[in-house]
Amino acid sequence: MVTIFLVASLLIVITMGLSLYRAVAGPGVFNRVAAVNIIGTKTIVLLVVMGYYFERPYFFDIALLYAMINFIGALVFAKYLERGELWS
Amino acid sequence: MVIVNIIVTALLGVGVFFILVGSIGLLRFPDFYTRLHATGKCDTLGGGLVILGAMIYHFFQYPETLLVPAKLAFLVFFIFIANPTATHAIMKAAYKTGVKPWRLGEERR
Amino acid sequence: MTKGEKRFGILLTFCIMAVFWVLLSGIFDAFHLISGLICCAIVAVISHDLLVKGKSEKKLLKSLRLVIYIPWELWQIVLANIDVAYRVLHPKMPIDPLIIEFETTLRGEFSLVTLANSITLTPGTITILVEPERGKFWVHAIAKEPADALLVDQTMQKKVAHVFMET
Repeated sequence: MVTIFLVASLLIVITMGLSLYRAVAGPGVFNRVAAVNIIGTKTIVLLVVMGYYFERPYFFDIALLYAMINFIGALVFAKYLERGELWS
Repeated sequence: MVIVNIIVTALLGVGVFFILVGSIGLLRFPDFYTRLHATGKCDTLGGGLVILGAMIYHFFQYPETLLVPAKLAFLVFFIFIANPTATHAIMKAAYKTGVKPWRLGEERR
Repeated sequence: MTKGEKRFGILLTFCIMAVFWVLLSGIFDAFHLISGLICCAIVAVISHDLLVKGKSEKKLLKSLRLVIYIPWELWQIVLANIDVAYRVLHPKMPIDPLIIEFETTLRGEFSLVTLANSITLTPGTITILVEPERGKFWVHAIAKEPADALLVDQTMQKKVAHVFMET
């Protein structure tokens, strides 16, 4: 049963590689920001699946924390790109 | 126990399929706004389904600790609210900076 | 904000924080619980007005209608993803993007946020800009049918207005 988690995590890592191509070759900065945000979301899912494969229950706390950090990072980036500065 | 294995495998399979579709859309679509359509919608549901499958597996494998599925349920709820908001914020920044949308018949960018 | 509202805000924030502390730690001995209660009290006193703000009538009815609205929304999320999967995997990729704008009668903060989130999660549309004074939305649609479902039918605006009783 736990091999299902291993197969799922391998497929998620392959999709992360596909998104990395868009992060490198996307014309302009906005494509790259969107790709990095998506890689962050896939990291959360990968952490939960890995927590069940290695049987370590502490990975879920790290996943919750990284979800919040990823969200705040995307919002800060969007605000900076829209206004040209963070505080006015 | 076989029924639970089948349900968890099905949920994990469908979730990973949607994540794959989102990533293929990121490569195939011709414009920034349409790429955000693919990733903002597919990644949210795919991740939610995978974590839901993991929660059901936890219920039947380790029935003593019930706080961990509650933590994962909060994680799913947070993903369903945070991902569309981040997508909207990035799209608003692109629209105000002047990225032009793609119409049918132009070339890829 | 009056004193009664302030006290209610502090109490509600304290209860929510305490539930999260117990949920996320999972340890139930005296030291952790007492230190958790002290931390929740300090946070609730300092920043209660970020979570509970303003005053509106009939909160219980609105919360019940919101809970009933959520399963319809989940079904729309599933439909949206099947639609995107069809457009991505089709060999000819039938997309025809356009940007539309429309006005609604909603004015409250929470109802505008709920409508924007629902538009982003339903088939084929993403919110670009929201103007809170006149209730105007700029939306990017991926083809003609989802744009028509939003402009002509207006099912989602009617449902959200029904949940929040047309604020």
